[in-house]
Amino acid sequence: MLQSIGVTNIDELFEEIPDHVPVANFRAIESSLTEMEMVFRLAERAKQDELGSCFLGAGSYDHHIPAAVWDLATRGEFLTAYTPYQAEASQGTLQLLYEFQTMMASLADLDVANASVYDGGSGLGEAILMAVRSNRSARNRKIAIGGAVNPFYVKTANTLVRNQGIELVQIPHENGVFDPNQCPIDDPNVVVVQQPNFFGLLENVDAISNWAAERNALLIAVVNPLTLAVLKPPGEWGGSGADICIGDGQPLGVPMASGGPSFGFLCSKMKHVRQMPGRIVGRTVDANGDVGYTLTLQAREQHIRRAKATSNICTNQGLLVTAATIYMSIMGVSGLRNTASRCHENTKYLVAQLEATGRAQRAFHSPYFHECVLRCAGDVGALTKSMIADHGILAGLPLGEIDESLDDCLLLCATEKRTHEEIDHFVELFNHILKEA
Amino acid sequence: MPTIPTIFDTSKPGRLAGGQTPKEGDLTGLPDELLRESNPVLPEVSELQAVRHFTNLSQQNFSIDGNFYPLGSCTMKYNPRGAHRAASQPGFLNRHPLTPAFASQGLLSCFWDLQETLKTVTGMEAVSLVPMAGAQGELAGGLMIRAYHEDCGDFERDEILVPTAAHGTNPATATMCGYKTREIGVAADGDVDIEDLKRVVGPKTAGIMLTNPSTCAVFERRILEIADIVHDAGGLLYYDGANLNAILGKVCPGDMGFDVLHLNLHKTFATPHGGGGPGAGPVAVNSLLQPYLPIPMVGKLDDQYIWLDESYFPLTIGKLAAFMGNAGILIRALAYALMLGREGMVRVAEYATLNANYLAAELSKAGFQLAYPTRRATHEFLITLNKEAKDLGVRALDFAKRLLDFDMHAPTTYFPLLVPECFLIEPTETETKTVLDEFVSAMCKIREEAQENADYVKQAPHNQVVRRLDEVRAARELDLSWSGTEG
Repeated sequence: MLQSIGVTNIDELFEEIPDHVPVANFRAIESSLTEMEMVFRLAERAKQDELGSCFLGAGSYDHHIPAAVWDLATRGEFLTAYTPYQAEASQGTLQLLYEFQTMMASLADLDVANASVYDGGSGLGEAILMAVRSNRSARNRKIAIGGAVNPFYVKTANTLVRNQGIELVQIPHENGVFDPNQCPIDDPNVVVVQQPNFFGLLENVDAISNWAAERNALLIAVVNPLTLAVLKPPGEWGGSGADICIGDGQPLGVPMASGGPSFGFLCSKMKHVRQMPGRIVGRTVDANGDVGYTLTLQAREQHIRRAKATSNICTNQGLLVTAATIYMSIMGVSGLRNTASRCHENTKYLVAQLEATGRAQRAFHSPYFHECVLRCAGDVGALTKSMIADHGILAGLPLGEIDESLDDCLLLCATEKRTHEEIDHFVELFNHILKEA
Repeated sequence: MPTIPTIFDTSKPGRLAGGQTPKEGDLTGLPDELLRESNPVLPEVSELQAVRHFTNLSQQNFSIDGNFYPLGSCTMKYNPRGAHRAASQPGFLNRHPLTPAFASQGLLSCFWDLQETLKTVTGMEAVSLVPMAGAQGELAGGLMIRAYHEDCGDFERDEILVPTAAHGTNPATATMCGYKTREIGVAADGDVDIEDLKRVVGPKTAGIMLTNPSTCAVFERRILEIADIVHDAGGLLYYDGANLNAILGKVCPGDMGFDVLHLNLHKTFATPHGGGGPGAGPVAVNSLLQPYLPIPMVGKLDDQYIWLDESYFPLTIGKLAAFMGNAGILIRALAYALMLGREGMVRVAEYATLNANYLAAELSKAGFQLAYPTRRATHEFLITLNKEAKDLGVRALDFAKRLLDFDMHAPTTYFPLLVPECFLIEPTETETKTVLDEFVSAMCKIREEAQENADYVKQAPHNQVVRRLDEVRAARELDLSWSGTEG
């Protein structure tokens, strides 16, 4: 090979690197391991972090994933392909994305879904940018954010939008839910509401949607896709429905995996589609008139529009979308409905049992779905620590860091995976630890 | 191969995968007006139907595991399965993202090790692993540049310079940072036009975004001079790590005058591309920009690993993800780095460069025109099919489509735009000489076909599941979701 190139050694191939750039020094990096040694080392570390029952949600949920989902998603043909630039050689990925878009748009009851963004948090940022571009009639760049929208999403969105002159205005929550009367501005450009909200509570989405529409504000719905199997979809909220719907796809067949990789989904009314970020797949025909699939509306994207693109995003979260599409196909309507309703029932059982101890009571009284805030008689920080350290149980999220008025509160969740035995055991420990404290 | 009906076409109302349907839960008590009235359009199929459908779909994909995939600038090298296995262990997969650090020492030690490795690889002071893709790394970099200038009380700088050949993400990122983009020319030899740079740079310059080796696939030889010019004007240098594979273990971006950079772990560190993602785009900075890094990072206090958040980095640009970014991708990258070790890393750049230069030499000998014939190829190179387009009427697009019939994925086409009818070819270090020779043969064969019957090549592909697709119709008659009627 060197001979064909016309050099005598590999170093000559680097002759265009100027001599005055120092040679890299990699002494600090250790010598190579075999696969066996590498897996052994990382297995030890993974083992160290293994825990038991999970009663923690707050944006990441411990659901059952059918074995087939990841067996299929990690087939090399899905796992090691890239963005389907050559559509004719990527019909598998493209058709799957088209099917995914269909499922997500239908879950949200909106016209169109894209092929995913990075995660729910950055997805909210992208959705806000999209809405601001789309709502040209608006007089300002102020976004009213419901007080119980996931605070991690709001912080992330703020990083993404604030340098474009966009201001996020937080509406204080009233008893844990969205109260338009608390909104400090009269004429928001965009309104953001989450259903179920961060505290697990159900918002009065019809009224909020109408309130936003009266102000000519676009409405962004932040949702948990699993709950859409039983809750009213954003497209049907109020008189005109939400304009854009975003959320994190993790509950659809993606392991919690420390929060990533997961995927964000983004759906909207058709009239906003040209402001949508990210890849979109369309169905078309080939030269013979047969059905085929291809990336479309690429004139929105960075590789064509450069500085005027709808976003700088190019990578989506294809592999996770592949898993979610397989998950939704296997679960189907009944599987998703029953999983969602089972989570609700399990959480109700958990709450009832905890309240029965007399050491916890619900902090808010609106109906909740599969998460709930409980005010506890004791130090919730110490409680969660002891639950992990002594029993390997994740006991929920102490809310003091997020809202000082909730510093004796825990946000708890019981998915379809939690058995009554697990819940009873947890409640017993809960009672015991708070009694001793 | 026949096209496959959508999964909705095979759906039958009421059919389900019984083993996957938990017992229905009780929803009484929830307000009726908040409940869904009609079912969503989801497949109603058996588990086998779903398994077969997606198995069949997978077989309609080119992939690294199945095909040569020389997609320039995307570094489609082998993704070791061991790295995937390592990241798929229960302790990693089942970890809730809000588990406290004291119960996450295994994971945090992995992140720490990866941060340290990437510091060495880039020659920079500090690393944040959070950005979930290259483009998000770019955004983080741009935001840090902005935060730095504003902290210095300098609010006048509102321009980011990028070469005309830059990735589209560079100008798109500048816009997202609230900056204007100014383009600078590329000289005939592929290097940045220094005179143009001198004309454009000034008190409005916040920074410059460069890829090195550049998007013209050559090493930017005057990089230190460029760094001086931009620094002298008060601007900062951003390194787009898309092409880091070419110099891994040879030189460090930190020694080339860059202040901030991102790495594409799905390129250089071989994490799977997954049909379009996920990626990971960690950022590395020098001490100037360290205070602004996106949170969280992993630190060490006594013998414990801890999360570094706002309380340690009050000047941070903030969060870029709800949690910690694409944690699972980071573990895969660490696994790959451990298996390569320091000796393997140098071999990456050497073999990637050897393969690219060999393929360039062979294509050139076969009569194809290199875009920069006087320059050394890096880990990739550009050819222009302008002559074939003019003489035979067969364009780069047609060559690309016909290559698919030879079971090879096409190289990147029509990028950068300043080279007409171009292929950006990146064979990567993990391909054998035999595969490279087969690619040259395929290119020669296609040219022969074009000489004999140009229409045949222009109508390619011929052996794929579909013929050439009507993209104009796709954009004009939008069909973005299944509506129950056959297309």
